[in-house]
Amino acid sequence: MKLKANIATSENGFIFNPATGDSFTSNGIAAEILAYMKSGESEVEIKKKILDHYEVEPNQLERDWDDYMLQLKEANLLDL
Amino acid sequence: MYVSPDLNKGKNLTVAVTGLNANDNPGPGLAVIRALRTGFGEGLKIIGLAYETLEPAIYLRDQVDKTYRIPYPTAGTEALKIRLQQIQDIEQIDVLIPNFDAELYNFIKIEQALLQMGIHTFLPSHQQLAQRDKVNLGEFGKKHQFNVPADEVVFTASEIDQIANKFGFPLMVKGKFYEAHTALNIADAHKAFHKLHAKWGLPIILQKFIKGTEINIAGLGDGKGNVISVIPMRKLYITEKGKAWAGITIEDEKLVALAKDFAKATGWKGGFELEIMMDDNGSLYIMEVNPRFPAWVYLTAAAGQNQPKALVYLALGNPVEEMNTYKAGKMFIRYAWDNIVDVEEFQKLSAFGEL
Repeated sequence: MKLKANIATSENGFIFNPATGDSFTSNGIAAEILAYMKSGESEVEIKKKILDHYEVEPNQLERDWDDYMLQLKEANLLDL
Repeated sequence: MYVSPDLNKGKNLTVAVTGLNANDNPGPGLAVIRALRTGFGEGLKIIGLAYETLEPAIYLRDQVDKTYRIPYPTAGTEALKIRLQQIQDIEQIDVLIPNFDAELYNFIKIEQALLQMGIHTFLPSHQQLAQRDKVNLGEFGKKHQFNVPADEVVFTASEIDQIANKFGFPLMVKGKFYEAHTALNIADAHKAFHKLHAKWGLPIILQKFIKGTEINIAGLGDGKGNVISVIPMRKLYITEKGKAWAGITIEDEKLVALAKDFAKATGWKGGFELEIMMDDNGSLYIMEVNPRFPAWVYLTAAAGQNQPKALVYLALGNPVEEMNTYKAGKMFIRYAWDNIVDVEEFQKLSAFGEL
């Protein structure tokens, strides 16, 4: 899963798609994941970091991850 | 012989602008003036040309230095020419930028006479004006392979039912020059027909409704098939009249390519606006082509391509290179503001035709 190259994100979780003019806000953890994705880290690497830093069960993370990716896909932010 | 002014010295430059009606269906005049002021600096002199005494920009004295009333387009080209000569004797206008669709025919007709007076313009030809007319848009699309919604031109209300059956609802009902209504049923369509007929005359255009995202493109053609500037804008807030009250610049190569194709197909000279609908599949439909700058044209200057300034250069015969970069994510958010004016000013314009 890769973010489209031109998607702009900010530290406070604001996401802007310059191709469509759409903008979104995301919470802290979502913004952190976006930052990892933007820096080119793989899904496995990102999930490991989340599991290391937060108290979350792997199963829960998987469910939330799938949900989040679905949202990003629906928002037309992923390079499919 | 007329000598072009030195554009590095704003004090030498006088530009006349129409379209000062900055109301809920705003003319582009004020946005053009603002872009010129940004582009040329304080020394620039702006002459407003107004049809009515309550055009709001007339009274924005920090934007418009002097305003003159000019005759309505229906008065004909001779009356317009005489009035502009009177104004020219006083003001020595270098460039004139008309901003209303309905007045363009006359201004194009007197283009050479204006040049002899020393007034430069940068306008499309009558042929270019006609081929993008709402009435001819369907044919235009077919000829140049542009996606254009199916439409029919009607002169009587009795034609509506049959066409509505063919296109279905919602149905777009459009006036000859301005205004469009989205009719949800046959009664709506008839009501819109009569309203537009009374206001703008015949014919009326019935157009198939296309669902999607509304995007407008402001462009400037050099008259040789090239575009000097293209800025696409997505509407973010749309008024009941369908006007963008807020918008954001977007970057999409398909939109820029469409504007370039339009300029190439028409050899368009001057400012233009493409009204686009992008459907869910990403197909781009040209809903309308406006033969002038849009009311949001100041956004082009804010995004890095000052189209009105470039038009002034072109009008004066100075070379302008194609502008390729702009900032995506620049927004405009229009606002209404009560300007307080003494009745004496209103009176002056009403009585003497100038302010």
